[in-house]
Amino acid sequence: MARTGVFVCWCGTNISATVDVEKVAEAAKNFQGVRFSTTYRYMCSDPGQNIIKQAIKEYRLDRIVVAACSPSLHEKTFRKCIEESGLNPYMLEIANIREQCSWVHKNREEATDKALQIIRLASAKVLRDFPLEKKFISVEKKALVIGGGISGIQAALDIAVAGYNVVIVEREPSIGGRMARFDKTFPTLDCAACILTPKMVAVSQNGKVVLHTYSEVESVQGYVGNFDVKIRKKARSVDLKKCTGCGQCYAKCPVKVPSEFDMGLGMRKAIYVQFPQAVPNVPVIDRENCRYFTQAGKCGVCRKICPFQAVDYDQQDEIIEEKFGMIIVATGFTQFDHSVYGEYGYGKFKNVITGLHFERMVNSSGPTGGKIICPSDGRDAKDVVFISCIGSRDEQKGMPYCSRLCCMYTAKHALLLKEHNPESQAYVFYIDIRAAGKNYEEFVKKVQDEYGAIYLRGRVSRIFEKGNKLIVRGADTLSGSQIEIEADLVVLATGLIAQADAPKVAQMLRIPYDKNNLFTEAHPKLAPVETITSGIFLTGACQSPKDIPDTVATASAASVKALGLLTQEKLVREPQIARVDAVLCSGCKLCVQACPFKAIEAEEIEDRARKQKRIVAKVLEGVCTGCGVCTACCRMSAIDLDNFANRQLMAEIEVV
Amino acid sequence: MNENFEPKIIGFLCNWCSYAGADLAGSSRISYPSNVRVIRVPCSGRVNPLFVLRCLIKGADGVLVSGCHINDCHYSEGNYHARRRFAVLKQLLDYLGIDSRRFQMSWVSAAEGDKWAKVVSGMVEEIKKAGPNKQFK
Repeated sequence: MARTGVFVCWCGTNISATVDVEKVAEAAKNFQGVRFSTTYRYMCSDPGQNIIKQAIKEYRLDRIVVAACSPSLHEKTFRKCIEESGLNPYMLEIANIREQCSWVHKNREEATDKALQIIRLASAKVLRDFPLEKKFISVEKKALVIGGGISGIQAALDIAVAGYNVVIVEREPSIGGRMARFDKTFPTLDCAACILTPKMVAVSQNGKVVLHTYSEVESVQGYVGNFDVKIRKKARSVDLKKCTGCGQCYAKCPVKVPSEFDMGLGMRKAIYVQFPQAVPNVPVIDRENCRYFTQAGKCGVCRKICPFQAVDYDQQDEIIEEKFGMIIVATGFTQFDHSVYGEYGYGKFKNVITGLHFERMVNSSGPTGGKIICPSDGRDAKDVVFISCIGSRDEQKGMPYCSRLCCMYTAKHALLLKEHNPESQAYVFYIDIRAAGKNYEEFVKKVQDEYGAIYLRGRVSRIFEKGNKLIVRGADTLSGSQIEIEADLVVLATGLIAQADAPKVAQMLRIPYDKNNLFTEAHPKLAPVETITSGIFLTGACQSPKDIPDTVATASAASVKALGLLTQEKLVREPQIARVDAVLCSGCKLCVQACPFKAIEAEEIEDRARKQKRIVAKVLEGVCTGCGVCTACCRMSAIDLDNFANRQLMAEIEVV
Repeated sequence: MNENFEPKIIGFLCNWCSYAGADLAGSSRISYPSNVRVIRVPCSGRVNPLFVLRCLIKGADGVLVSGCHINDCHYSEGNYHARRRFAVLKQLLDYLGIDSRRFQMSWVSAAEGDKWAKVVSGMVEEIKKAGPNKQFK
């Protein structure tokens, strides 16, 4: 016989003002199985919990109903409380008579009646509660970081410094990501390379970090603590161990192609390193352009010239299979494709470029050696028009969101322009200036006041060529006038968007993504670097546009979350998972299809009664998240969900 | 319509959105009719259509299933399952001769306490129009 105890909380006057708690406690005694009931001013307080503990002892109670606030607040408190009295923590139900009763109903009679009904439901369910054991799973003590930009580098460094192994997978030949392309950083004007390259070197020299560059994650299986990952190491055609980075190969290579790293403003060879500070400083052969590959074995200069026999034309892609305990996703962003704005003439006019082009141009190790020129004829750019919000805050053609950094990098560009070409004049067309960050507003002010950049509030309607100049026609909405500027160069501040293959990555990792293909955090405020898939964390601009400080902050945050798992010997998880009754299971596999987490597999068992083998469903305990979608599609009621079992929910329905 | 008729409605609320939304209505002190009895479930996808039928057979005047907005499911796709199942159920109720107004679905997020209050008020109004469920008495 069940022996239920019902404990009704006053919550000061929060509950007792509208619910007659004494009357409710008295009436609850008549419910099936209830042996004891009482009230207390604050049930969650120590004296309150002691009342429960004492009653469990005195009345030999074996299950408990606490009528109080929402289970989201104190369910854990009371579970622990009854566990300390020797009961299984899952022999507890919370009747939510505060948030869903006393706070929303004013009529005392009505609220009292509803509170009693709520307790009736909980008392019915608690009768069907059964003990559950916490599950433990092992943890592979190694983290995977996908993406080797500043975000991935920072996350990996933090984990390595704490003494744990970490692997970075980067798809480009070098780590460094977008930041490696920048010249200066706002608002302090630190040189990007000067602050990034020490971190690149630190991460590559740290014994706890393994770098897989020119590599991609091919597949991810498994669950928190035990992810099975396949990594494709693409054929680099140069032996990473033998190469010393002397550079003779690319000095002699006869093939020149536009450099992707330099946005096509400069040329690179068919065997190349992306940039001088590349890590690893080992070239890669671009097989699509290399003569050895395109012209069936001709050329071969780089192999002949290499003093260390590091060039290997026969190298194949390699698949590495590794186990990881957790994954940090740091896949970053890409630029908005501004070709949808035909009025800005991008692609048509050589002197219309994007912010990233400008960034390469102004960089002293870039294709122009730091000179800001007009790509059409190489003359110095004097009058430069910057147009902000290209692809941002535009629901029709672009992205609905604000990309957050364009205002700042445009201000930085305007400043750098003046420093590089003192005779120049910057014009900035903007919609709003969003400079919310430490010293950001001051920076924009400085660019306007000290560097004389002219800020014009309005949009550009058209750009056309006149001689070797560009005529930029736009509106200045503050003075209400039409404006025409004769410019040498136009720089489009393109927004940040998700990588083209972001949905594919999300589906592989089983993490959600939003309508803009940005990865979705578990909670926008309280779990900003977690995902709802446990063991997978987000950092940087793959989650939303972020500047460098925010990116680094989220990287450290994600690594702390990863370390929280790495320091555990075993992971405890809630036992609310699906359970299959193999006797009832007909092996239809509907649940296998329905499960959003691939947590159910078909398994062949030996049916001794029928002396034959048959297929039944099997729940992977570590993967199951306990949503219960499977239970509702099972035709045999063979699969059920612990803690929200069919008989528990039916018991509630029966007494309503 | 009987003016004194106070319908009994059973609400299946997903733990992550609608239940939290109902909690928010409470902490924001938004009052609404007291006719709904809430059964907490992890996900709207957990709700078996048979539960709904059982509620109606047991004499509930209305049944409400409420989950996260589409795309916002904590379990990424549980509410898609719910949406499909209950679209079918709604039609089945008509076929069975049960007033399909007695069954409703809603999407209420954890941030929509006011919407939860509106959903409850709207549903109570609707069920009052439908009258008491006497079909199985």
